[in-house]
Amino acid sequence: MNEILERLALCIEFGKINKTSPYPPNMKGQDGADELAKLALNEGVKPDEILENALIPAMEIVGGKYSRKEIYVPQMLMSAKAMNSALAHIKPFFQSGETKRKGKFIIGTVAGDLHDIGKNLVAMMIEGGGWEVIDLGVDAGTDKFLKAINEHPGAVIGLSALLTTTMENMKNTVSAIREKHADLKILVGGAPVTTDYCKKIGADFYSPDPQGAVNYLKQLVS
Amino acid sequence: MQTVLKGKTVEVIIDSKGPVVIIGECINPTRRKKLVSSLQENDYGYVLELAGRQIKYGAEILDVNVGFPGVDDVKLLPEVIGAIQEKFGVPLCIDSPNPRALEAALKSVRGKCLINSVNGEEKSMAAILPLAREFGCAIIALCMDDDGITHEPEKRLAIAEKILERALKTGIKEEDVIIDPLAMAVSADPQACLVTLETIRLIRQKLGLNITQGSSNISFGLPDRDMLNSSFMAISILNGLTCPIANPEKITSIVRATDLILGRDDYAMRYIEHFQSNEI
Repeated sequence: MNEILERLALCIEFGKINKTSPYPPNMKGQDGADELAKLALNEGVKPDEILENALIPAMEIVGGKYSRKEIYVPQMLMSAKAMNSALAHIKPFFQSGETKRKGKFIIGTVAGDLHDIGKNLVAMMIEGGGWEVIDLGVDAGTDKFLKAINEHPGAVIGLSALLTTTMENMKNTVSAIREKHADLKILVGGAPVTTDYCKKIGADFYSPDPQGAVNYLKQLVS
Repeated sequence: MQTVLKGKTVEVIIDSKGPVVIIGECINPTRRKKLVSSLQENDYGYVLELAGRQIKYGAEILDVNVGFPGVDDVKLLPEVIGAIQEKFGVPLCIDSPNPRALEAALKSVRGKCLINSVNGEEKSMAAILPLAREFGCAIIALCMDDDGITHEPEKRLAIAEKILERALKTGIKEEDVIIDPLAMAVSADPQACLVTLETIRLIRQKLGLNITQGSSNISFGLPDRDMLNSSFMAISILNGLTCPIANPEKITSIVRATDLILGRDDYAMRYIEHFQSNEI
């Protein structure tokens, strides 16, 4: 693998955003994900290769570490920031159609629920997995989901709920989506959600951590 | 400012000058799957166990939340409250987003309880404040409204003022409004706790009301959560928090220590009593 991509992957793994970023201290003064992504493109590396050989594998390592509780939320957020600074250089190629995303993923926290951390972590990881993410934010009701589905046909759907009192809304939204779009894949997550609950409400997949969702999406398109 | 709450047999005064009154958070099905399964079988043994344990560890008021998917809370909430009140005399904090469940619970509860909660959304104020007045309860007011959660302390204060004004108009007494400034996870936003602390300070300074907060989640996504929660608790109390909703098993030690440090515990009696009764 290209040496620049190896360095880029390390920057993402350890959350080195750009040259001026003071974190992590042992990479102080070095090029970050921002500079290295730009450098890779200038050196003629294809955007696809940057995505496949640096961004995606690095975020996979990050997701795995988080699942095993080897890193914490702020470290994951730093990695996501580094990933985003690299992704910013690739986005023009998505827009021009030169580089393709793996698919679209619509995510939101269900109606009545304002918790966004878990939803954001999943959104970042899935974006880092090469998907286009449409984030509906928090307190996203059924209508918001249905509207987004109409605008992005064939997207995979993700719903988050952090409260036992808002899980009922998760069920209602899943039912409403199912009624109109029987074939769409629906993922659910959040502290009180379980595999049993996922099955009961007719969703397709539950994961206790973000990487589980990334892996599920990966096998959908493989 | 003094908020007086009554249980079946026990009266508790939350005084804005302290000492701190702990509202036990554990009767809440979020993250407690055992509670859900026992409630689904109408088995209140586990609820009573949680109630007893929290009181033993220093809770003076118990929060009661029975929300989980598929629950008939209009029926269950009064039943659980009845079961708790049969055995324990402490005041209760009735926690539900469903006004009908709150109403059913308030009809049967003994004493003067606390409602958790109203917020600044028009819909919430219109549904919940009249219930508090009708049943003579105190009420927790969350500093959020139709625009969601703001990260500016002054705006959170403005929401608290709005709810207070509306409560007074509804006929609720000033001392019966307790403000929750909202506490968010510091792992996702390094300024999150500071915003809460500043909001607490402003509310104490401008409104002088009692202040609560559920803050166990500020440490989400970080190591050594108990230490982080304890540190935040101590600073929050210094700024004006008077009745946190928390797990007494984890938080009473730091609360008693902070009261002692702030000169609100003569001869360290409460601090010592907590230590001796629980052989920590």
